[in-house]
Amino acid sequence: MIVAKRKPIEEIIEEVQAYDKILLVGCNECVTVCEAGGKKEVAVLASALRMHFMNQGKEVKIDEITLERQCDHEYLEELRNQIDQYDVVVSLACGVGVQFMAEKYMNMPVMPGVDTCFMGVTEERGVWSERCQGCGTCMLAKTGGICPVSRCAKRLFNGPCGGSTNGHCEIDKNVICAWQLIIDRMKNLDKLEDYEALVPIKDWSTERAGGPRKVVREDVMQ
Amino acid sequence: MRLQYPSNVKIIKLPCTGKVDLIHLVKSFEKGADGVCVVGCLEGACQFTKGNIRARKRVEEAQRILDSIKLGGERVQMFNLSSSEAPLFVKVISEMTEKIKEMGPNPIKTALKKAA
Repeated sequence: MIVAKRKPIEEIIEEVQAYDKILLVGCNECVTVCEAGGKKEVAVLASALRMHFMNQGKEVKIDEITLERQCDHEYLEELRNQIDQYDVVVSLACGVGVQFMAEKYMNMPVMPGVDTCFMGVTEERGVWSERCQGCGTCMLAKTGGICPVSRCAKRLFNGPCGGSTNGHCEIDKNVICAWQLIIDRMKNLDKLEDYEALVPIKDWSTERAGGPRKVVREDVMQ
Repeated sequence: MRLQYPSNVKIIKLPCTGKVDLIHLVKSFEKGADGVCVVGCLEGACQFTKGNIRARKRVEEAQRILDSIKLGGERVQMFNLSSSEAPLFVKVISEMTEKIKEMGPNPIKTALKKAA
């Protein structure tokens, strides 16, 4: 999932201070799971904003809605008949949802309600960590299912660097060395001989550095 | 034991403080409460293991939110008492009531009254 974290309320207040009719839009997918922008977070933010404006003596209309997703046309279309009632939208979806909303409703200011962080997993409730950077050429088959692109600070492909100490990375003793994980995993799979095989130079043209990316599938296009 | 606690305190009974959610705390201020005490069992004595620990974290989060909108995080507090400590309950509730009186009424309540 895409992992996001809540923005400080002060920052959101700054974003919407100048408006009188505010719509808060949550997303039922990833940001609900990582407890940053789901229905409950929308309700808490709406309540906090209402109190802030009431405290300032300013009359502001604040409504809430949570869409199934904000990265698909059909769900964003649900706002079509009501969005004109508002001066601004605060989207608590990831950056994808915020942008898609802005693209769809060209005349409506759309503000982000969360900080989008990475693609990751729920390690335990309240703890999320990165697993994928969407480099576009997955090499997990060669590394025992553990990604050196997202989990090695140096993105090394042929074993650990000299900074790996007791299985931990030199950038932070709480970060496990990705290559330690890979080697342990290969041992478990009885495939340690694969570790000896050199990984060729990776094609980075599919990564973000090559500019914004697009996936097109002719067979499913309408 | 018939002890008197401040009559302006309304009690909401829950099976465990672990049931208290952040939205309950925030909404109570939006509806005009001057202060909220979450009174749970002693730490380590939760029948559901961690209910009171979780409640404390939610209370702390509610305090941060109230502080960020300048309503005063101190308006919401967590206390851990055993059910046999009625005198202590009266003491903490009375102290909290006094503290809230010093802080003054919830400005939201005043705003709601004006709007009505």
